[in-house]
This record gives sequence, structure tokens and C-alpha cells, in this order.
Amino acid sequence: MRRSLLLVVVLTCLVLAAASAASARRDGTTLNLVAYSTPKTVMGKLISMFQDTPAGQGVSFTQSYGPSGTQAQAIVAGQPADIAFLSTGEDVNTLVKAGLVAGNWAAAPDHGLAADSVVVFVVRNGNPKHIKHWSDLLKPGVQIVTPNPFSSGSAKWNVLAAYGAMRRLGKTDAQATAFVQKLFQHVVSQDSSGRNATNTFLAGKGDVLLTYESEAYAARQAGQDVRFVIPRQTMVIQLPIVPLKSSPNLAKAKQFIEFVQSPAAQDVFGQYGFRPLDKKALQKYFGTQLSVKPGQFTIADKMFGGWPKVDKTWFDPTHGRMVGIEQKVGGPTGPTQ
Amino acid sequence: MLGTITAYLTVVVALPIAALVWESKRHGGHTFWEVVSSPEAMAALKLTLGAALLVALLNGFFGTVTAWVLVRDDFRGKSLVNAVIDLPFALPTIVAGLTLLALYGPRSPVGIDVAFTRAAIVLALCFVTLPFVVRTVQPVLHELDREMEEAARSLGATETAAFRRIVLPNLLPGILSGVALVLARAVGEIGAVVIISGNLPYRTEVSSVLVMNRVESGDGAGAAAVAVVLLGVSFALLLLVGGIRFLLTRHERAA
Amino acid sequence: MLRRHVPRAVALAYLLAILVGPLAMVFWRTFEHGVEPVRAALSDPETLHAFQVTLIVTAIAVPLNTIFGILAGLAIVRRRFPGKGLLNAFIDLPLALSPVVVGLSLYLLYGRTGWFGTWLSEHGVQILFAWPAIVLATVFVSVPFVAREVIPTLRELGDEQEQAATTLGASGWQTFRRITLPSIRWAVIYGVVLTTARCLGEYGAVAIVSGRIAGKTETATLRVEDSYQNFDVQGAYAIALVLATIAVLVLIAMTLIKPKEQTS
Repeated sequence: MRRSLLLVVVLTCLVLAAASAASARRDGTTLNLVAYSTPKTVMGKLISMFQDTPAGQGVSFTQSYGPSGTQAQAIVAGQPADIAFLSTGEDVNTLVKAGLVAGNWAAAPDHGLAADSVVVFVVRNGNPKHIKHWSDLLKPGVQIVTPNPFSSGSAKWNVLAAYGAMRRLGKTDAQATAFVQKLFQHVVSQDSSGRNATNTFLAGKGDVLLTYESEAYAARQAGQDVRFVIPRQTMVIQLPIVPLKSSPNLAKAKQFIEFVQSPAAQDVFGQYGFRPLDKKALQKYFGTQLSVKPGQFTIADKMFGGWPKVDKTWFDPTHGRMVGIEQKVGGPTGPTQ
Repeated sequence: MLGTITAYLTVVVALPIAALVWESKRHGGHTFWEVVSSPEAMAALKLTLGAALLVALLNGFFGTVTAWVLVRDDFRGKSLVNAVIDLPFALPTIVAGLTLLALYGPRSPVGIDVAFTRAAIVLALCFVTLPFVVRTVQPVLHELDREMEEAARSLGATETAAFRRIVLPNLLPGILSGVALVLARAVGEIGAVVIISGNLPYRTEVSSVLVMNRVESGDGAGAAAVAVVLLGVSFALLLLVGGIRFLLTRHERAA
Repeated sequence: MLRRHVPRAVALAYLLAILVGPLAMVFWRTFEHGVEPVRAALSDPETLHAFQVTLIVTAIAVPLNTIFGILAGLAIVRRRFPGKGLLNAFIDLPLALSPVVVGLSLYLLYGRTGWFGTWLSEHGVQILFAWPAIVLATVFVSVPFVAREVIPTLRELGDEQEQAATTLGASGWQTFRRITLPSIRWAVIYGVVLTTARCLGEYGAVAIVSGRIAGKTETATLRVEDSYQNFDVQGAYAIALVLATIAVLVLIAMTLIKPKEQTS
């Protein structure tokens, strides 16, 4: 009797395995969207809108949201994906290196992007520590919350924004790097993703959170009481959306991306706190802040030279600048917790 | 039968571990050591081991006391307390982390804020490993022949002496089994710790978080290297405690 | 007597601080804003599907590991063979392994560029980011529990009864079914309870290998994280509470059928 029970159990497992293999080859068009952790709400809306358009009729979607780096690794490991919507160009380059995305993805319409955002300071109600400029972050006793720069795309944007802001203010490469180090001496928590850092801040830790502007809006729209400050010098965050070369529905995937870049969808991005690529929508939702533009810079700026260079210089796990900074800040010679 | 067990264990456990060890050596032994002996990895390992040992001591002591109270003592609500002990097993670790953060963090209703410090790591680990020692000591205590104690008492030994010379030696194997489990679990725990510790490299980053960060930044080989070291350490701890236990129970086997 | 009260006070104080406090917090946080948000969170279709996934995966992993645990216990305690200590240690390893590492190792085996990757994609078999991977990960992390309970019990019991049965002419199966199994019943039951709780609460390894595909490969614990990530702390606690309740119900059911003299 027990032997047959064993047999039943083993057979069940095999059946389930086969069933899953079968269901992977589905009839009808399904697009698998693999995205970073925070745009779940806005993408949900865009997908419904797309399905109402002629191009989107009868197209079903699966959605997966998680930390950008992890999602990229998952796609490399074989996660079925037709569209990848990630938080840094470097994560897309991971896919390029694995041969899954075309090397010239940034030459696509709108530079292969879905939307923009900027790095902002999220502060407590009333901004008790009066944080407005990057230099205010170094005031004595100011506690900063940011994710870990090696695992989080958001943290990378933060580090580069801090460095870039100093360069824009006329500091040299060495001085700007030193600023980043001083900044990290005030960091009290390094979560693995941007959203986790947001939640740490909302749990009461820290005086200022460095994050995407869209993140601050997301928190606000979810009923959290947040205030944020846009520093005059800050980085424009560019969020890439790319089709996967191996997609069985490549044409449809490209149509969805086209839709995401269309004025209607861009307006929705604006509603949800992203900075639209579409000029009209940008003016509509962020018109009052556009005067800040002169202080803003992107990854293409001379001082960065693009993601591959930046990733090697700053975020290489053995030789990147952040390795040295983390060690000097936290290591045996640094301040103890 | 032995074949079935080995096959099962191979597919489920041994194969993944083999893949891990392979991956950690992928870039050569030199890189393996580079990663593993890097200041950040060493700092994380020291922190992980230190916290695990402290938690083993804490739960070893309090777990024994709790088991004692549950077996030898009697009070209203004792069976409720007994049932509640296993709950850390039932709660998903991230939730454990969230509640500890809510209770002993910046918004603590009892005014204790230890979140984002090393103390928080010890706290989280204490919670998730709490049941181990209690549950390994209870049955031993239950089975313990009280006649020996009573004989000692009637021969004039004080309660403390009776405890120290009769009860404790008999409990020790049970306590050690529990401690081994605590150590093994504490070294690998991530869910509860990652929420409440702050994960500051060199200060509050444990090895399992370091592995996670490595995985997320695409450095699979580096992650595997640290993971393999962690595995080796747990293995060594398990074998060590098992060895001590073996030595202590020599007299039982000789009988 | 003071002596009795001191240990009691110490134990209860520790439990209050470390265990009861946090648990009370879970309840409070869940129902802080009333029952309605909890009801809403739990009736979300993606959440319901996640519970389905968790329960089915648990229903597969628990019997597998129970059978393995009993067989392994018997082999380790009753048989002699080389490498016994190693087998014992391998059974305990999943306890020590961080779940992230489990996920990583499964990537290395079944991923696109993994050991079996090419074979799998050639034959159209999807392990990662589908049910099989979730089952594999969950089975991996819950391997030790039944074995760990059965082994010490078998050691304590000795095999005289089995030997007697064999000399009286009973077959291996008969001996196992009528003598061995009943004698280790409570160890097995407790092991099953622990295995179930572990399977229900598994998060780290599954997070990596499941692909987090909403409505398809999300487990209940992934939904907990998902809710927390989307600022829905209420929903996160609600799901967590359901998971903990299921585990507690299993525990209570087991305790109720235990005979009185077995309880501490």
C-alpha cells in the first residue's frame, strides 16, 4: 500500500512538470513583461489601455516585478520574457552581453526609453533639517537612507547624481568622489532595492531618502505622507524598455513598446509621477519645474561617458570606486555602529 | 532503500550544492580567495559568526530555562505557552522582520529602538531560532529519571548541586543538539535580518545579505564563493557540535 | 518557593519580549483598521491564486520529505554503511543554507546556461520560472525536519520489537507497517507539522526561481512581499496571518490527537 502511495506521489510530480511544460506553449498571443519593482501600477494601467487598441486586441500579458538587477539575471537564466522594462541601462547591457537584446537598443525610437524621472530628496514633514541642497546632506547628524549601490539601480542613480551635482558645481573628479564618500558616512541603511529603501524610510529611519521622483509620487499616491525636494543639480533617470530578440512575438512586443511611447501612454506616465518623454505631457505635469533643467544631467554627459564606463569605474565589485568608499566608511578605520 | 534515499538526496540537495561549488571556482581558485578574503566578505563573516554564537548562547540558556519551566513547573496558561513556542517556525521570516521592526524600531510602541544596529541582527536571529533548544531539551527533561535527583537530595545534596551534577550533564546532549540547530539556522538566515539590520557593509551586513547583493549585481561566481564558505562553516559547526555530543554520550553507548 | 518563581519569571519575560510581543504586533497591525481591509486583501484574485500555489506545492513537498525522512531515519539508525555521518550532515545542510543560495544553485543547474540548460530548452521542458522549480526549492529547504525527528526517536526505541517480529515470521513490510511506523508516529507527525510550516513560509529561494509572475508563479509569501512593496502593509500582514494560522491549525490538530502522556 505504501509503495503505491509513493508511486502516486512521484507520478503526480511528473504530471505537474509536464503540465507546466505544456502550458508554456500557449495558443494566442501572450506577451511576458518582466519589469523592475516599482512601475506595477502604471504598467497595469497601460496594459489595459493597450488591450483596448486595435493592435492590442486579444493580446494577454503576464507581468513580473522585482529588483531590476535580479530581473535581468532571471531573464539571462531563461525567464520567459518578451519585453524588459528595467531601471538602468546597465541592466539592459547585461541582457545584451547574454545575447538576448540587440546591441543597438539605444538607437531605437526615444532611445529605447519608456519614461524619465529625476533623483530627489524625500524628507520628513516640514523638512525639519532644512535639506535643500546636496551640501545639506553633510550637515552634522543628518541620516541618509539609500539602497546598496551594487545591487540596486536606484542607488546607482543616487551615487551618480551626487557625483554629477558636485562636478556641475565646479568640483574636480577627486573632490566630487570625496563628496560621495562623505555622503556615505551619513548613510544609515542600505537596502537591496529602491522600494525597500523607501519602506525603511517610511518605517521611521533617517532624515532623508535619496530616490526617484516617481517613487515619491508612488508613495504619496498610496496614501503615505511624504514630502520631497528636487535639488537644483540632479540626475535625469532614464528608464529603458526593450524587446527581447528571442521573443516569439517580436513584432507585437515592439508594437506594445511603441504604444508605451505614444502621447496617450506618456500622459499616463505623467499622471503617475514619471517625467514623460513626450514634450506636451512633460509640460503639462512638470511645467513649473522645467526651469530647474539647466542643473540636470544624464548618463550621456561627458563626465560619465555612458553606462559601461560608469559601471566599471564605480560599481565593479572588486575595483569600483564604491568598493573603496564602502570600506573607508564602514571598515575598521571607519566609524563604528 | 539506500539507493532511493541517496538518489533523492542527490537530486534535491547534493546536485545543487555541487553546482554551487563548481560555480564558485569558475574563475579559478585565485579569484575564489580574492572574493572570500575581501575585507567586506571577511567583515560579513565575522559579524555572522559572532551574532550566531551570541544567539546560540542566549537561546541555549533561555531555551533550557523555558524547557525546564514547561516540564517541571505548572501554572495557568502553560499549555498555551507550550503551543506558542513553535510559532517562529510558522511565521514567514519577512513578516518576523516586519513585526520586530514595528516593535523595536523607530516607531516602537515600547520606546525601544534598536533597528538598523547589530543588536537588531541578534534580535531577529533570536526570534527565528527560539524553538530549537526548547524542543530538543523538553523530551530529554521529560524522560529524565527523577530518582537520581531524589537520591542525591536524600544524601544531602542541595538543589543547585543536584542540578549541576545530575540534571545538567544529562541535559547537555539535548542542549547541544538544539544549539547546533540554532547555529546552522542563524548563519544562513536572511529574511528577518534583511529588513531590520540596515545592511551596512562592514557594519551590519551579514554574509547571506552579501550573497544576495552579489547575486543581484550579476556576480554569480562571487556569490557562490561566499555561499560555499558559509556552507563550509555551517558544516564545520554541525560536525563540531555533533562530535561533542558524541563524546558526551559515550557512556550511554558503552552500557 | 522563590526558586520556582525565578526560572518561570525569566522564561516568561524572555518569551514575552522575543516571541509574544511580536506576535501580538502581527495581530494588532493586521486588524488595526478593521476587518474590511483584511477581507479586501484576501479576496484579491492574484492573492487567492498565490494561496493555491503555496498549498499545492506544500501538498507535494510534505509527503515527499516525509517518506524520505522515514526511510533516511531507518537507514541511519538501523543500518551500517560507509559515509553515514556524511549522509546525516547532508540532510541537515538545507537548514544552514541561506535561501538565496538555494535559488542561485537552482539557476546554476537548470538555467539557460546551466548544467542542464541546453538539454531542457531542446526538449521544451520549463523548470525554472515554473512549478517544478518552486517545488524543487521548497522540497530542498524542508528536507531535514521529518528525518531530524525520526532519528532520535528510533535511537531511543531500539529494535528489539522488530527483531522479535522477524523471528516470529513477519515480512519486512509487515514489521515496518505494524511495529516500526506506529512507534515513530508522533515523531513523524511533529516532523510533518514542522515541514508544513516551513513550506508555507518559504520565501527566499522561491523568490529567485519562480519568476514572480503575478497570477501564475507567485506564492503566498511572495504576495506578502509584493503587498509590502506596494505600500500595502495591511495586505502583507493579512496574508502572513493566514499562513501562520494554517500552520497553527495543523499544529493544534496534531496536538489534539496526541495521547495525554506524550505532552510535556
